[in-house]
Amino acid sequence: MFGRDEKISPIRLTAVQYVILGVFLILAYGLWRLQVAQSDMYASLAEKNRIRNVPILAPRGKILDREGRIIVDNYPSFTALLLRDSSRDLSADADLIAQGLHMDRQEVHDRIKRFAGIPQYQPIYLKDDITPDELAFIEAHKNELPELDTIMVHRRLYPKNGFMAHLIGYVGEVSESMLNQPRWELYNPGDVVGQSGVELQYNQILMGKNGSRRTIVNSRGKEVSRLDETPAEPGKALKLTVDLDLQIASELALEGKNGAIIAMDARNGEILAMVSRPTFDPNDFAVHISHNEWNALVNDENHPLLNKAIQAQLAPGSVFKIIMATAGLQEGIAQDMRVMCNGGGTFYGRYFKCWITAQHTIHGVVDISKAIYQSCDVFFYTLAEKLGIGRIAKYATAYGLGQKTNIDLPQEVSGVMPSEEWKIRNFKQKWFAGETISVGIGQGAVAVTPIQLARAIAGITSDGVMHRPHVAFPSQLPSNLQPAADTPDTVKVPIDPKNWEIITDAMANVPSPLGTAGSAHLQGIDFAGKTGSAQTISNALKAKLANGKADYKDNAWFVGVTPRRNPEVVVAVLFEGGEHGQFAARIAAQVIKAYVEKQRRLPNKVAQKDNKVDVGALWNTPNDDDGIRAGHFELPIPKKAVQLATAAPGVN
Amino acid sequence: MSRYISYRDFDWLLLAFVLLVCGLGVLEIRSATEHSKFAGVHVRQIYWIIGGVLAMFLISLINYQALLDRVHWMYIAALASLVSVLIFGQKYLGARRWIKLPGGMHFQPSEWVKLILILAVAKYFADLHQRELSWPDFLKAGAIVGVPMLMVLGQPDLGTALTYIPIAIVALFLGGMRWRQAGAVLLVVALCMPLAWHHMKDYQKQRLVSFRDPDSDPRGAGYHVNQSLIAVGSGGLWGSDSGSQTHLAFLPEPHTDFIFAAFAEEHGFVGALGVLLLYFIVLMRLTQNAQTAPDRAGTFVVMGVVAVLSFHILVNVGMVVGFMPVTGIPLPLMSYGGSSVLFMFLALGIVMNVRMRRFVN
Repeated sequence: MFGRDEKISPIRLTAVQYVILGVFLILAYGLWRLQVAQSDMYASLAEKNRIRNVPILAPRGKILDREGRIIVDNYPSFTALLLRDSSRDLSADADLIAQGLHMDRQEVHDRIKRFAGIPQYQPIYLKDDITPDELAFIEAHKNELPELDTIMVHRRLYPKNGFMAHLIGYVGEVSESMLNQPRWELYNPGDVVGQSGVELQYNQILMGKNGSRRTIVNSRGKEVSRLDETPAEPGKALKLTVDLDLQIASELALEGKNGAIIAMDARNGEILAMVSRPTFDPNDFAVHISHNEWNALVNDENHPLLNKAIQAQLAPGSVFKIIMATAGLQEGIAQDMRVMCNGGGTFYGRYFKCWITAQHTIHGVVDISKAIYQSCDVFFYTLAEKLGIGRIAKYATAYGLGQKTNIDLPQEVSGVMPSEEWKIRNFKQKWFAGETISVGIGQGAVAVTPIQLARAIAGITSDGVMHRPHVAFPSQLPSNLQPAADTPDTVKVPIDPKNWEIITDAMANVPSPLGTAGSAHLQGIDFAGKTGSAQTISNALKAKLANGKADYKDNAWFVGVTPRRNPEVVVAVLFEGGEHGQFAARIAAQVIKAYVEKQRRLPNKVAQKDNKVDVGALWNTPNDDDGIRAGHFELPIPKKAVQLATAAPGVN
Repeated sequence: MSRYISYRDFDWLLLAFVLLVCGLGVLEIRSATEHSKFAGVHVRQIYWIIGGVLAMFLISLINYQALLDRVHWMYIAALASLVSVLIFGQKYLGARRWIKLPGGMHFQPSEWVKLILILAVAKYFADLHQRELSWPDFLKAGAIVGVPMLMVLGQPDLGTALTYIPIAIVALFLGGMRWRQAGAVLLVVALCMPLAWHHMKDYQKQRLVSFRDPDSDPRGAGYHVNQSLIAVGSGGLWGSDSGSQTHLAFLPEPHTDFIFAAFAEEHGFVGALGVLLLYFIVLMRLTQNAQTAPDRAGTFVVMGVVAVLSFHILVNVGMVVGFMPVTGIPLPLMSYGGSSVLFMFLALGIVMNVRMRRFVN
């Protein structure tokens, strides 16, 4: 009944036909969806596929010193990369490539493997900053290894051995977290921007604008044709106030020591030199710093990345006595004060020693002048007791201690100037009168930065006129980088001329046989200053912890000026673990000497006819009849001229 | 019987449509490979087509009944060749699919097995005498397809193994499968899914994941899918002038698996729809031949060809428009490749064979 020849049910065959029709309708819908409904979207995706924006990297602007000498330059650097044209077996060539580029062959293999999942138009980056002989190897093997190619980028060339590293800073790729901040939101991932120092502060000037080239490429990234080109705008050069010769002298003066030096033009706040030690080599950052190297820098207990000139908050020690003297004289207390120093005194029921007891002697009867150049602690304990913390804090704050100087460098810290309000605000405790005594010699809770001390001492020796420290000439900055209007550039805290004379004359005695820094005396230079040595921890704790180990040695300070009144230059030196202020004073003397010698050799200052030059304490008298005299020195010009620098070390 | 055979009864119309599709394929292969290292392969495709047409005429001369009478021997030979591939086959990209023949030729048995399976299934169902399929017959029919399929899966070649399934399904459907049996098939498939996922190679899993979400790895596994969608989509209504995705080599394998994407980019929605229409006409014409076949066996043979052809089109075009995962199944008649072309023309030869004997009774 159902034979071999019986036909199959036509209904089922028709059903198959309808199924096929259904399949085709679905496929047709799929085509319609892509090609009609969303055609515009896919057309633009196709454009993106096909047209590649190749960035033309803009070189960063050079950084120059005040005389236009190069401090930071760029150099062309080549990166080796592998183009993955499918016709080459990369693994077979890997050994030769590894040999030519001085790489581990396993590393080359690993890189090829790691990039295997990434589409072919992206080249494999093999090695950054290849050497000339590696570049020559690539050029010479163009035929055997056509897949090996290079791209050129401009890299930063910083001075060698960490010269001026903290002031300059360094550059690096803009990080994800930076891009979320408003300042960086217009930047793109991969942009190289300043990460610290001047590189960060003036990134806007230094960083150029990348250009771009639109090219038509195939799927392997090979350029088929060019559409148009927007040239790159190179970054602008930035002239700093730094004097390279003085910077070199300062770097040499602090060689092998930890601490900081600031040399500032006291007449306008221009930073002439700034050194912080230990230092780091920003060239390591410019290419690629390894994770280990970075961790070593960050975790080093000497904090090489810290710019101590603006970021170290330390007790100023006896340098603070200049503030105390100013306060005491201006308040009319110190003029006729005579204190008998027997090596110490009892204040508020506690005995405070004078440093002189360490020399097994005493100061005897001390007036304000001797108290400054002999740095008598007992005099200033007494003065502090008489002034009280309120008046001390008022003067210290007026001279900018415990506040940022608003120097044009990132991450400046403010330090602390204690007062009754400060204590209540931060510790919910009343001020104990005994604390005032320690503050009188710059110990206790007082913490300042070297830049604050430089500005304060420059101000007091300049008749109370203080300037905002800066490393870039404000007149050369675009309007949006000008200092904020709410913080004035110049502040005057007037000093009575007689008081001014007492303080500055006493300071001039410090680097003399009379003073605490006799060994830093400069013959023929009107050099004045104040030493300081500040405990890092209390004496009792020091004895307990370290048995006098170097880690807890006192910090040595010196802030010096030349000439003594209305100085041209102020030099602040922090010598960590230097123990005594005179060792810091010797460092400052080297910088002062370098400054003066250079000034004397400048054509406008040199009296050509007799090889002699007038220098020294020439200042404006507030009024002519109050008896203030101008000092006068006559000096021979050194015969053998010091070679001046032409560029920062390692850059020329 | 043979005196009734005449080439007047040869389906010239069907051949004309098939050759039209092949011709479009050759033009597209030429265009897609113009600037690549494959330039000139369209000439070889023409040789394959000529060879295929000759093979088609040859096979149409042999009575398909005679072929069916010897199909058990062919089936055994097919299994033997699959076994030999597993043992002696050339390992290429992690799979044994090819046997190297003397003279530099490569032979992929799984393609020919497809043809033999169509015949074997047709023979088996033609010999059944119930209107409704019994359970033992249902299982036997499943085994006929299932055994070689598992062997191809073992190569492993998932794509080709899948193409065996529609042969079985169409035959079961036409052979009077009952609803409960259909339900059983679905149940087995559903149960096998997790097992299959477990046994899949990583690249296969990745293809499936990237099919669901092409942007999960746009540079890696999702690359093919995305580039195909971009190529098709940028073609628009009338086609893109530059054909940039194909010509700049963004579209992978534009002359083999993704030839339909290349064609859709260059000729747009109108062109692509035209090609679909041509395929639809070919399929409808084949089904018509199945209806007019002289016996049940003939119908089963032709419908087996219809099943394989529609499945290929569904999977390949579905992949190109993003409805199906990437499986590496070529588009029959258009994609470049000798095995695929020869298989199609041999299959058409058998269809012609059936058609030419439609009045024989």
